[in-house]
Amino acid sequence: MTMAQDESLLQAALATRPRPAAPGAASHTFTFAWRALLKIKHGPEQWFDVIITPVMFTVMFTYIFGGALAGSTDDYLQFLLPGILAQTVMFTSIYTGITLNADISRGVFDRFKSMPIWRPAPLVGAMVGDTIRYTVSSLIVFAIGLALGYRPESGVVGVVLAIVLLDLFAFGIGWIFTTLALVVKSASSVMTLSWLVLMPLTFLSNIYVDPATMPGWLQWIVSVNPVALLVTAVRGIMAGTAGGADIAWALLAPAVVVVIFAPLAMQLYRRER
Amino acid sequence: MHQPSALAIETSGLVKNFGETRAVAGIDLAVRRGSIYGLLGPNGAGKTTLVRLLATLLRPDAGSARVLGHDIVRAPQEVRQRISLTGQFASIDEDLTGIENLVLLARLLGFGRREARTRTDELITAFDLADAAKRQVKTYSGGMRRRLDIAASIISTPELLFLDEPTTGLDPRSRGQVWEIIRTLVANGLTVLLTTQYLEEADQLADRIAVIDHGRVIAEGTSAELKAQIGRAVLHVRLADPADRAAAERLLAARLGDHPVQGDGDPRALAVQAPDPAEAAAALGAMQAEGIVVTEFSLGQPSLDEVFFALTAHPAAPPESAQAEERQTETVR
Ligand SMILES: Nc1ncnc2c1ncn2[C@@H]1O[C@H](COP(=O)(O)OP(=O)(O)OP(=O)(O)O)[C@@H](O)[C@H]1O
Ligand SMILES: [Mg+2]
Repeated sequence: MTMAQDESLLQAALATRPRPAAPGAASHTFTFAWRALLKIKHGPEQWFDVIITPVMFTVMFTYIFGGALAGSTDDYLQFLLPGILAQTVMFTSIYTGITLNADISRGVFDRFKSMPIWRPAPLVGAMVGDTIRYTVSSLIVFAIGLALGYRPESGVVGVVLAIVLLDLFAFGIGWIFTTLALVVKSASSVMTLSWLVLMPLTFLSNIYVDPATMPGWLQWIVSVNPVALLVTAVRGIMAGTAGGADIAWALLAPAVVVVIFAPLAMQLYRRER
Repeated sequence: MHQPSALAIETSGLVKNFGETRAVAGIDLAVRRGSIYGLLGPNGAGKTTLVRLLATLLRPDAGSARVLGHDIVRAPQEVRQRISLTGQFASIDEDLTGIENLVLLARLLGFGRREARTRTDELITAFDLADAAKRQVKTYSGGMRRRLDIAASIISTPELLFLDEPTTGLDPRSRGQVWEIIRTLVANGLTVLLTTQYLEEADQLADRIAVIDHGRVIAEGTSAELKAQIGRAVLHVRLADPADRAAAERLLAARLGDHPVQGDGDPRALAVQAPDPAEAAAALGAMQAEGIVVTEFSLGQPSLDEVFFALTAHPAAPPESAQAEERQTETVR
């Protein structure tokens, strides 16, 4: 089949087609979120990291340290799982930055920038799409937890609430990695820098152990660590004991991050390259 | 505010610097609506930078430009509503399939879910991409990518389409397909700004051509005008022995009153202006009489290659100072 034979088809396809009314910011964001999902669909190997790491951590910590730390592996799992959820979502959020960094240097962003769309839509949409990734990885961790004997006291409602909180937290913190992705040249440096941010946040926290046995200065760090605040809130939600204050504290850090980093990221995004 | 103008693009003194590099060094352009306008220049001439300025991806450092009546700095969103850009480096998403790419862009432009799908199928068929439509674009050949890229630019018809080197790297058949698409688009009233390194492409497609070098327009006009600008007919000769070159140059210069230039980087080839065919024939006779063996000769209009060579005094050289460039251009004229 050659194009010459399809002259009339070509003619019809090329005939003038008026532009429809421009859709709004929400529609543009939604479309970019869909694009993020398509990317995940075409790169399923990303799930490997997302699944393997939490499985490893959960199983390892539960069976190696569980008895020593909490008296029994069952008790420890009950304590650990909400923390592993927070950790998993944090680790997953790095992909926001890595994906964007690879993406933005390609020609397709030239096209997006030359189109009449809401300017932040490519960034915000990608991050909204990534919340699906967070949700799925949370569900996977839950499934593993349930299989090992974890039982959330607050039932399905608690689980749903916890996931919403985790998504909101990761969406907010994700702006740091988005900003990094716009500053740094290569995806591997985004990865390295992101780990530098995440490592202290996850390990100087209450994910694995109760900070009561830590030295005073470390307890203080844990008490202001946003990830620790998140873990406290998630534990509370799952146990059915969380108050509004716990949730507010957990959302404070991501809110601050959005206020500072979202405008910064947009500034960097608009910058010419 | 927006008066319909006969011009799709008007620029005046447009400048863009990247550090020390003057990528666009004061460009004045006037592109009529409904025409194909060619920007012709070697690597690094500033073509892509100019296109990116006009497509509102870059802000000019000086000068101004109106695209379809709207100022590129003051009303970029108005400009974006009316243009499409097919960039030099595929402006489609490698990771997505052909269909996904088109549906995505259609949705961004405001097509409903079903309309987006219908329009996508129509374009996929028309651009001969049906077999690959469900494959990731990274598996496409260069020609398929280009076709998809152009299809992506006309999901809804823009008033002005930028095509940055649309056929670079394509084989002759794929190039022919792209040319056919461009011609059909313009027949339907679209304006196309096309950049190219191929003189033949500009000659074939463009109504008017601006020859760009070191960020400046060094010549502008229709292809016929550009050819006329350096003149009259040209005599091409090819020598059997490159050692004869100096003697041949001297003889041709004396006979025809114009200094010959080397053709196509070939030490045996010479090109010289020869307004009068009789004199050209006599010059050939004189060469034979002096024992200079000519293996080939022809007399005809200069090719755009020779126009370009004469205008820039280099085929495609690395940047030099602009003044030196101008002096060389003057002496050629
Ligand atoms: N983002 C940038 N940063 C720094 N220099 C740049 C940038 N973009 C272009 N340049 C420089 O500006 C000059 C013009 O480049 P441009 O890409 O516009 O040329 P071109 O005519 O499109 O060349 P080609 O035929 O190779 O595509 C070159 O010297 C190039 O190195
Ligand atoms: Mg270019």
